[in-house]
Amino acid sequence: MASGAQAGVPDAKPEARMQLVTAAYEHPWAIRFTHWLNAVAVAVLAASGLRIFRAFPSFGTKIPEHDLVNIPKSLTLGGWLGGALQWHFTFMWLFAGSGLLYIAYQLISGHYRTVLFMPRDVKGVWPMARHYFLFGPKPPATEQYNPLQKLAYTATVLCGAAALLTGLVLYKPVQFSWLAWPMGGYHLARVWHFLAMCGFLAFIPGHLIMVVLHGWSNFASMLTGWKRDPEYLSRRSAE
Amino acid sequence: MASIEDKKLKQLSRRQLLKLAPLVAVGAFAVTRWQDPLVNRGVRLSDWASGLLFRRRHPAATFADADVVPFAKFPYNGYDDLDPGVDLENWTLTVAGNVRHPGEYTLAQIQALPRIRQNTRHICVEGWDVIGRFGGARLSDFLALIGADRSSRYVSVECADDYYESLDMATAMHPQSLLCYEMYDQPLDRGHGAPLRLSLPTKLGYKSAKYLTKLTVTNVLGAQRGYWEDQGYSWYAGL
Repeated sequence: MASGAQAGVPDAKPEARMQLVTAAYEHPWAIRFTHWLNAVAVAVLAASGLRIFRAFPSFGTKIPEHDLVNIPKSLTLGGWLGGALQWHFTFMWLFAGSGLLYIAYQLISGHYRTVLFMPRDVKGVWPMARHYFLFGPKPPATEQYNPLQKLAYTATVLCGAAALLTGLVLYKPVQFSWLAWPMGGYHLARVWHFLAMCGFLAFIPGHLIMVVLHGWSNFASMLTGWKRDPEYLSRRSAE
Repeated sequence: MASIEDKKLKQLSRRQLLKLAPLVAVGAFAVTRWQDPLVNRGVRLSDWASGLLFRRRHPAATFADADVVPFAKFPYNGYDDLDPGVDLENWTLTVAGNVRHPGEYTLAQIQALPRIRQNTRHICVEGWDVIGRFGGARLSDFLALIGADRSSRYVSVECADDYYESLDMATAMHPQSLLCYEMYDQPLDRGHGAPLRLSLPTKLGYKSAKYLTKLTVTNVLGAQRGYWEDQGYSWYAGL
């Protein structure tokens, strides 16, 4: 089929036409779509959330009020409290929607097996961390994601779930009073909501550094789904 | 699929990249003049969903006397003036709209209705909250007294300080929604809205208007839905 399509190219060498490369379709559409939608939503929610926090940058009482931080306006979105709330209440739908789509897809397709951190991954975390942070030897790549990656991605999904549930309690503390109770009440829900955002902010720089270190082909795979020469495949074929 | 023809891989990658095209729609939020209409729609969607979540008989949490903050630590929060100079001697509440008995109502008439005292949480849109002790007549009892048409959609109020508010009939009929003339078992002081304010434990604080002068039962809200709402806050503001 392919050779027929190329028959009209006179000087193409047969070996160039038939050049075979190693590649894997790593990221199905649902994963890529929700990844980018979520990237935008998290950025907007964090920036507008910081503007909302500016209105009362404390976790204590109003009288006396002990402000914890003065968040620079330049890091925030919305201009004023009301504007920030508008962005927050709009993008919470995109965040929740993409999160639910992501989880549903992972569960139904079984794709979660490549990324969900499981007890058997525990022993691989330290060698990988030692490699990244202490210049230790690089553990062989045998799967699409290494144990440290699985841990980071799984923790981030949990962070997202925590952000969503604590957000529901802050948004509707009366209707979701039953959900506030296991969080330790309305006040603590606000603390957890803030910490969930901190979790995202902790994840993102490390994630971006790794993306830069792993080069274009790896980055492009989150756009096209396809990754050229994934390490775990070349290793397998070399064996 | 490990080995694949280079040309075929490029073709597949391009096709998969194009499938992400719907994400471009999120870019609409980057267009400055579309931002306000878009996030306003987001808030309207959130308000609509909030209305669905509201349970007419589900009470907001009430608290023991020991959990109530001392009166001195209950914040005076006003958008403008903490004393609009209401003539308490000659004050009346003007009732209008879809009611059988419109006209002027005195504080004594309101106080003749069953007195409710409740320790409830007042939650500010800014993120702080305070548990206070509120006393007054049920708004639903007053609506019965004035012969309000309860199939009307809204109750709107006007205030001595040019503040104004409106709320949905379901919330107005909620058993904890009060026409409040007491805090901490004492008549309202001028800073807290003397002689009459709303106390709505199922709504954010800005819905609980102070210094009431007029109450209207209506099916139509004009351009004036609420002082803060008209600047961008959520109209429903349900907890």
